[in-house]
Amino acid sequence: MTDTVAQAAVADVKAAPDTMAWDSGLRRLMMIYLPLGCFVLILLFPFYWMAITSFKPNAELMNYREHNPFWISSPTLAHIKHLLFDTAYPHWLWTTMLVAIGSTTLSLIASTLAAYAIERLRFRGSPYVGLGIYLAYLVPPSILFIPLATVVVQFGLFDSPLALILVYPTFLVPFCTWLLIGYFKSIPYELEECALVDGATRLQILRRITLPLAVPGLISAGIFSFTLSWNEFIYALAFIQSGANKTVPVAILTELVTGDVYQWGALMAGSLLGSLPVAIFYSLFVDYYVSSLTGAVKE
Amino acid sequence: MSVTTFSSPALAQRQPNWLVRLFDYKPFLIAMCLAPAIGLLSVFLTYPLGLGIWLAFTDTTIGRRGIYVGLENFQYLLTDSLWWNAVFYSVVYTAIATFGKFALGFWLALLLNNHFPFKSVLRAIILLPWIVPTVLSALAFWWIYDPQFSIISYLLVDVLHWRDSNVDFLGSPWPARFSLIAANIWRGIPFVAISLLAGLQTISPSLYEAAMLDGASAWQRFRYITFPMMMPILAIVMTFSIIFTFTDFQLVYAITRGGPGNSTHLLATLAFQRGIAGGELGEGAAIAVSMIPFLVFATLFSYFGLARRKWQQGESND
Repeated sequence: MTDTVAQAAVADVKAAPDTMAWDSGLRRLMMIYLPLGCFVLILLFPFYWMAITSFKPNAELMNYREHNPFWISSPTLAHIKHLLFDTAYPHWLWTTMLVAIGSTTLSLIASTLAAYAIERLRFRGSPYVGLGIYLAYLVPPSILFIPLATVVVQFGLFDSPLALILVYPTFLVPFCTWLLIGYFKSIPYELEECALVDGATRLQILRRITLPLAVPGLISAGIFSFTLSWNEFIYALAFIQSGANKTVPVAILTELVTGDVYQWGALMAGSLLGSLPVAIFYSLFVDYYVSSLTGAVKE
Repeated sequence: MSVTTFSSPALAQRQPNWLVRLFDYKPFLIAMCLAPAIGLLSVFLTYPLGLGIWLAFTDTTIGRRGIYVGLENFQYLLTDSLWWNAVFYSVVYTAIATFGKFALGFWLALLLNNHFPFKSVLRAIILLPWIVPTVLSALAFWWIYDPQFSIISYLLVDVLHWRDSNVDFLGSPWPARFSLIAANIWRGIPFVAISLLAGLQTISPSLYEAAMLDGASAWQRFRYITFPMMMPILAIVMTFSIIFTFTDFQLVYAITRGGPGNSTHLLATLAFQRGIAGGELGEGAAIAVSMIPFLVFATLFSYFGLARRKWQQGESND
């Protein structure tokens, strides 16, 4: 907002000597900053609304006549307190964290090894293995969840977070492998040849040379996997039954939505708290996110 | 003397134990490296995919092994008006949402491609809707679409005085359908915009300079440079977007659960309702399998997009 105002001021200053400059400044304001401002406003509004609802007392929440709905007159922590002490929310957070970390670790190990084999050990048919893993990414969970539910039951893992840790790599491994193949490609092969000449074994090369150089790629793959498994919904909904083992997204929807009158304050507080870990994680590694997102698309 | 002392450690290193040698044997190493990924993917992806297709031809329910019933499930679906409804809404949902996401996302990418202060901060903020768990932002939309306390209704009725009564977003079929599509577009814009922005940044400025020297207007520069150069990346991003919009589950399940009157069921939510909630695994699997032809169509679309990319690179290289 302040930017657009500043831009308008700049445009006004420029207006005095030259009408052409004024024209282009105004044009820039109308063609770039105004639509950009609208985009940001619309993209962020649901989060603002989520945040403001979770600190509003119920009286204000349901009364738009006497209180301006866009602001809080008397903020309260009641909803968050209710969430943390009267529900199993901390436990759900813990389960979600456990599942996200477990599946991320598993898929990072599997996809690093696979990417190394495909890109660096180069064997006959390695492009086809790479293509196969890429195609696995195109199989959406909506097609798989029903047969996977029976597989999970067969393995005796129904209602256990371990099922999620084992199933999430199905969509994490293809993505990470794909990302890491791109990273390994950017590391000069000559480095490995030197090490081979010096008598290092392949595993030593992977551990001492390739992996340290691929750390940015590993971080990208790791944070992406963490976010994706934190956000996963359909498998967690289908495979987990008991309230205590649910992940945050599923638990909020199935355990907190009760009765005919929705507790919007608590629901929004739950959504806010459930979004915060990924949002903080994201803000710490923004550049990795953007580069891996765009890198994966460009590959 | 000196030679022997020199060579003995070297000799020791040359004779590593059999385990180390085994791991340096290339075929074995390749197999070991691929084993975790291939193992996980075959047990939890390829096998369930096959099992799902098999289940679609059986009458399995939860707790009872089914027998082969041939095309019965599919024949039943063809007479089932709910399935036709879901197909209809899935196609409408995908078409409108994809169009909206790409029109707005492309516009946002073009805006972000300009130079202005705090660009990287803005880019980071814009990705937020895509990062946050979909179900949680869907809950926020549910609250925004509340029949009584919707903030949009408040704006339209009490602030702008454009309407006399609150908007009934989720109470009747068509408004509910469009409300869901709007939420999907909202969630999809960031991904499209950031991916396309990456594509825009690879277009060489010299092309625009040459076009400007030739007197091309802004629209002509967009139509004859930006758009054709963006085709390959548009095709890839669009394929992904179509696949994951068509098979969307979370938004609909969180906001309407297929209601009102089953009017907003997508194929995925219908499959869940019949297969998991209703226990008819065979029928649910048949609904899920009926999504595959659409997905194959989308993948072929991507393939031809890629083919065009190679042709284009050949053109621009000379």
